[in-house]
Amino acid sequence: MEIKEKESVVVRFSGDSGDGMQLAGNIFSTVSATVGNSISTFPDYPADIRAPQGSLTGVSGFQVHIGAGQVFTPGDQCDVLVAMNAAALKTQYKFAKPDAAIIIDTDSFGPKDLEKAQFKTEDYLGEMNIDPDRVIACPLTTMVKDCLADSGMDVKSMMKCRNMFALGLVCWLFDRDLEIAFNFLKEKFAKKPGIAEANIKVIQAGYDYGHNTHSSVANVYRIETKNKVPGRYMDITGNKATAYGFIAAAEKAGLKLYLGSYPITPATDVLHELSKHKSLGVTTVQCEDEISGCASALGASFAGALAVTSTSGPGICLKSEAMNLAVIMELPLVVLDVQRGGPATGLPTKSEQTDLLQALFGRNGESPMPVIAASSPTDCFDAAYAACKIALEHMTPVILMTDAYVANGSGAFKLPNLADYPAINPPYVPEEMKGTWTPYMRAENGTRYWAVPGRQGFEHILGGLEKDDKTGAISTNPENHDLMTRKRQAKIDAIQVPDLEVLGDKDDAELLIVGFGGTFGHLHAAMDEMRAAGKKVAQAHFKFINPLPKNTAEVLKKYPKVVVAEQNMGQLAGWLRMKVDGFVPCQFNQVKGQPFVVAELVENFTQLMNK
Amino acid sequence: MAYTQNDFKKGQPRWCPGCGDHFFLASLHKAMAEIGVDPWNTAVISGIGCSSRLPHYMATYGMNTIHGRAAAIATGAKVANPELTVWQVSGDGDGLAIGGNHFIHANRRNINLNMILLNNRIYGLTKGQYSPTSPRGFVSKSSPYGTVEDPFRPAELCFGARGHFFARAVATDAPGTIEILKAAYEHKGASVCEILQNCVIFNNGTHDAVYDKAGRAKNAIYLKHGEKMLFGENNEYGIVQEGFGVKAVKLGEDGYTEADVLVHDAKCEDNTLQLKLAEMEWPVALGVIRDVEAPTYDDCVTAQIEEVKAQKKYHNFAELLETNDIWEVK
Repeated sequence: MEIKEKESVVVRFSGDSGDGMQLAGNIFSTVSATVGNSISTFPDYPADIRAPQGSLTGVSGFQVHIGAGQVFTPGDQCDVLVAMNAAALKTQYKFAKPDAAIIIDTDSFGPKDLEKAQFKTEDYLGEMNIDPDRVIACPLTTMVKDCLADSGMDVKSMMKCRNMFALGLVCWLFDRDLEIAFNFLKEKFAKKPGIAEANIKVIQAGYDYGHNTHSSVANVYRIETKNKVPGRYMDITGNKATAYGFIAAAEKAGLKLYLGSYPITPATDVLHELSKHKSLGVTTVQCEDEISGCASALGASFAGALAVTSTSGPGICLKSEAMNLAVIMELPLVVLDVQRGGPATGLPTKSEQTDLLQALFGRNGESPMPVIAASSPTDCFDAAYAACKIALEHMTPVILMTDAYVANGSGAFKLPNLADYPAINPPYVPEEMKGTWTPYMRAENGTRYWAVPGRQGFEHILGGLEKDDKTGAISTNPENHDLMTRKRQAKIDAIQVPDLEVLGDKDDAELLIVGFGGTFGHLHAAMDEMRAAGKKVAQAHFKFINPLPKNTAEVLKKYPKVVVAEQNMGQLAGWLRMKVDGFVPCQFNQVKGQPFVVAELVENFTQLMNK
Repeated sequence: MAYTQNDFKKGQPRWCPGCGDHFFLASLHKAMAEIGVDPWNTAVISGIGCSSRLPHYMATYGMNTIHGRAAAIATGAKVANPELTVWQVSGDGDGLAIGGNHFIHANRRNINLNMILLNNRIYGLTKGQYSPTSPRGFVSKSSPYGTVEDPFRPAELCFGARGHFFARAVATDAPGTIEILKAAYEHKGASVCEILQNCVIFNNGTHDAVYDKAGRAKNAIYLKHGEKMLFGENNEYGIVQEGFGVKAVKLGEDGYTEADVLVHDAKCEDNTLQLKLAEMEWPVALGVIRDVEAPTYDDCVTAQIEEVKAQKKYHNFAELLETNDIWEVK
């Protein structure tokens, strides 16, 4: 047996939707992170609730990238593919590197399984041109049954442990400490010690099987840890980090957190997460529709809460009227858009960046709204915090954009210390203004004051009709409407956002790679690869999209070539062209519902440079 | 603190002269003064339509929002701030057409809102189209040959959504209106008050049978919990049970005596007879038709938060972080 030192390794667990691949992948990433590897994960699950067992459409995957140094993406292709059945091998093999190790459960490659997976012969490896030497073929189901024969469990329950055998095998392959996995399971199944015990037994069996049987044929990889940032960490998905960001901001602002929401893929986990935390006073209302999710949040905002509504693109369509009401009433509101493939129902479980123009412009009237996009699962925390801070301090609805990739992916999250985060100070109307205050009086930065019901002497009416700048009464005066339109715009334009940061060869890059939101990791990895190949490349990634950072034009015009790469048909490029005079970028656009592939980016960007 | 109606008044209403909304607004001011909740602890939230202008004439907190969403917005305000007394004001289009979904769900959840439905059976602000409460065959600008659809009966929707409070008054009848507004305030939970209100311009006379005092004496019955359901200028009529329903009879005729007349029970959990009363075309039932206690959504949300706070050991963000699987990199 040979132990290979590797910089990073990508493992993809795949099987039937019900095979527990997400859990196996999660445990593996936690185990790896615990020893200090950096991690990035991406679940790829089918849209069907539960497609027929063993069918091609029912395959669910979970990819984990672990690295000695920092990893920015879940990886293009995997070094190890776990395929729990024939359909998984058929659909997932395309994600494997040419020299990847393939782990299969031979018990799930019977004639019926092969037929369901549309194999024509019994020589499934031959049909797919897979070198048998790369395959660790084990009768996994049989071994799980044997292992649990004395447990008294029924076959169905035993089968639920198959994923743990695969996990054990992968842990052996990567020389991982099983104790960490055991502890994870003991905590997860604290109330069902029998299940924990069975799972632990099966992991150990998988590990031992690898050790005893395959020592002679396979390599064991070792990922050492470099560049460690000391601290305490947890594994966190983007959706969970977003929920945590809202909770943190509410606590910092001293406000009750209210979420009005309606279930929608891939945003629902934010509703799930926040619903759990009533012990922190979080109020969640699962509304009758998307409209009410947003409208009730706006009511909560009027009543003095930090109000949030969470959804995906189709929900934004329905929320847009209440978002617009928040614009004209100048009340704080955070609208989370976890983007998915569109238009209409589109690709519900897949990832795109196609809602940007909807976020910027998808409302009637002149309706400016700040737009912020999170760049990674862990960045969702900071982005959510920033969205709340801007909403509360500038009395405006804010759109926080993530996407299915960032929302479901996970990374190692260094536990934040709330004391290190900036204060959040909403512009409450000062008591001394009693008697002279009117609803649209503004603080120095153009922000309307907030008078929360319950304060005597500040009773007022807000509404969707245009109001007089001075009195706050309904007004159709043309001059006043023009003035109010400008004031609402100026208020958003005046919001201070951090400067755009340039990474890589910032002084002499020949190509600047520009993107926004969830593509950060892939674009960064592409830049790294190109620089390693001797190219002069830099990266600038937008987190704050409206208003744009003050140095946007300066950065974009500094480099001879700029490519705007995004998972849409050029929405950011269009926005930048509109805001930066004379800016004509190259574009890289892909709308596949899948994350970018770094190798493709490198190839395209290199071609661009050589043109 | 003692208030007068002037403490709740603001501005000059812009409704057409003679519009039923004027009458209702005056009653609302009076009712709020009698209820005595401070203007700064009161929010009046409306949607869009003629009647939804109402918050502008209130010296309370308020919002005149977007079409149909008043109940949804009021829901968030009440749940986020249960201390606030929330009045939600909609017309028949706002509340039952574009806002029908929010109307039924606010009732189903039993959120402690006072829900006013000003029913003039017409779209006034858009100048005269039929509404979801216009009768079948109704001729309007958008139905020049008459509508070919049946109207909603608001009580039916409320009861169908498991509403626990339904009352009705005529806009011109100040004492009757004030009485049900106070009852709606007293009732904890979603309280629907249907106000029969005349649109002098586009649907004049729609509630003529009961719009003045003389008409109500003949054609309406004031329901009072625990009292015999008698009506008519000399209480010569009564409501009796017939089969699975109710009917109005003249006492002394067909062998009916006062002993046969039903006693109104607004507190009865089973809404069968209350619905029959609400749906009578003659006489028109006024007053509190249903008023049944039930847990309110906002109270339950608050109680659940307190319960979970007592159960769980983490109560702030730092403690929440510690509930995760954490590893340390040294």
